[in-house]
Amino acid sequence: MTIKTEALPITVRHVTKTYGSVYALDDVSIDVKQGEFLTLLGPSGSGKTTLLMVLAGFTRPDQGSLLFGDDEVIRKPPHLRNLGMVFQNYALFPHMTVAGNVGYPLRLRKIPKSEIADRVTEALQLVQLDGLGERRIDQLSGGQKQRVALARSIVFEPRILLMDEPLSALDKKLRDQMQIELRRLHERLGMTTVYVTHDQREALTMSDRIAVLNNGKIMQLATPQDLYDFPQNKFVADFIGESTFLNVEKSGRSLMAAGVKLKTSQPIPNKDKLALLIRPERIRILETKTDRNMNVFDAVVSNLVYQGDSFLLYANLGDSTEIAIRGTIQSDNFSRLPKPGEPIRLGLEASDTLVIPDE
Amino acid sequence: MSNTISTPDSHNATDGLNAKGLRQDEWLERLKLFGLSSPALILILVILVIPVGWLFYVSFIGADGSFSLENYERMIASKSYARIFKTTFQVSILTTILCILIGYPLAYFMSQLPSKLANLCMITVLLPFWTSLLVRTYAWLVLLQKKGLVNDWGISLGLWEDPIKFVHNLNGTLIGMVHIMLPFLILPTYGAMKAIDKDYLKAASNLGASPVRSFWTVFFPLTTPGLFAGSLMVFVLCLGFFVTPAVLGGGKVIMVSMKIVSNIELFVNWGAASALGVVLLVITIATLWIASRFLNLNNIAGGGH
Repeated sequence: MTIKTEALPITVRHVTKTYGSVYALDDVSIDVKQGEFLTLLGPSGSGKTTLLMVLAGFTRPDQGSLLFGDDEVIRKPPHLRNLGMVFQNYALFPHMTVAGNVGYPLRLRKIPKSEIADRVTEALQLVQLDGLGERRIDQLSGGQKQRVALARSIVFEPRILLMDEPLSALDKKLRDQMQIELRRLHERLGMTTVYVTHDQREALTMSDRIAVLNNGKIMQLATPQDLYDFPQNKFVADFIGESTFLNVEKSGRSLMAAGVKLKTSQPIPNKDKLALLIRPERIRILETKTDRNMNVFDAVVSNLVYQGDSFLLYANLGDSTEIAIRGTIQSDNFSRLPKPGEPIRLGLEASDTLVIPDE
Repeated sequence: MSNTISTPDSHNATDGLNAKGLRQDEWLERLKLFGLSSPALILILVILVIPVGWLFYVSFIGADGSFSLENYERMIASKSYARIFKTTFQVSILTTILCILIGYPLAYFMSQLPSKLANLCMITVLLPFWTSLLVRTYAWLVLLQKKGLVNDWGISLGLWEDPIKFVHNLNGTLIGMVHIMLPFLILPTYGAMKAIDKDYLKAASNLGASPVRSFWTVFFPLTTPGLFAGSLMVFVLCLGFFVTPAVLGGGKVIMVSMKIVSNIELFVNWGAASALGVVLLVITIATLWIASRFLNLNNIAGGGH
């Protein structure tokens, strides 16, 4: 037999959790689709972990509804929810072997011994830990513990898998490798997965969709690409990727930023206060004549940073706003880049000119 | 590969650059460390090694002042000694079991309280430590005697009619000893409980364990090192206990320590007393040694794993 599950969709409705006067979750509603990999992304204290704990049943919300498929589970105790969870510190039982840990959920489910052995072996193969079943937990490396925790959380074929910053304790190289591996495993097993992280790169790499949380509220729920290209507010734009914001002034029907009348092919939100979002890799240094469909800003170089494969150039607009520009370094173009103090012209395509609400 | 990695044996490690000087420094450093620890070593020699050596020596001296095994022979030959050892073990084991039955739930209760309340409880557990052992033992005598507080109240409340014999027997000895030994069991057990990561229990519950199952499959096994350490400490301390059984046992509960006292005070037989001391010491060390083969004795000071 093989580990394969039929995924369940998750429906969160109006979930609120307060600690004293602080809202950890403020009327949160989310639909996680069947088989989706959804990431809850946010800074610490944003409520992402609280939401995960509500899903797992470890935190009791003040109000709200939670459906797994069609079942209301908001009042169900954690041990009856039948979902897999990978903890931040793995929470592997130190008094059991690797196989003991992975077999634990199966023993609780009164599965015959021979079948337990088979399924444990299979789960360990799945996370590439074949033959380590008899190891003690303290004999494992961080990456191996991570894999055991993963095997333990999927061995009983839960239809929903929760992960609470599972890679945060690993070093960078291993983390990058595990991101790809987790993603591959998700595609293979197909369970609905809710993943919590504060690492935006991790979220962008792994997720089908990302929910960005701040102060207990969902700021935006979108695919990684939409989140990066079309952030709906300043918080998301600031949290995902690098960005510079310019104040936008309305004069009649046109929009002005840093003295330039903006041309844009993107929709303009219907808000009073607006800001122009500039990503460092979307703005360019203009050397020759300009495109008509481009916004051109005059600036003075303040700093130039060499970063190996790319450079980061900081330039001051007239009003002392500093813009970052990133470009790739090819052959010897770095030495031909303008030096601090030199005046330059910066170009932003109309299609990259994104005006967002300033709030 | 063009670069070869030099292994230690590709150089002569004994007379490389500065090797001699570095070796001298190392040796000098060890000498200094030994010098710094010598006061402690001397202290241990004076207060531990010499007296215990003396105890061994005296235990092999017979009544006529010559070397003999008569002190040990008497222990084997006399039935009263066998009875004394039996009583000692009986009292120690019963006290340990009662301490576990009372102490484990109490430690569990404290470990689940918010830290402020838990600290308050810990103070009440430790409070008896700050009063004299003798005072506590006599307090029990006052409470438990025939016309004591417990019997007075029990009779006036109609719980029982005739005064119950709480003291001057095994009951009294056990009540007093359990009371005095309890903190020794609670401290390491509580330490082990506090050291358990709460995520273990969450994980157990997430994987499908009911609260009862998660207690017996995760919480309890993780606290056993602390519980064993505490039980062992109680048992070993009980083996040599004197004051409480002497006062509350009323002469009916004779333990090894009391026989040692009577050997000296009544019979002025230092050899016999020393031999008993040696046997008690050997039993204690043997208990610890056997226990150490099954569990990690580092836990005895409390704390986790």
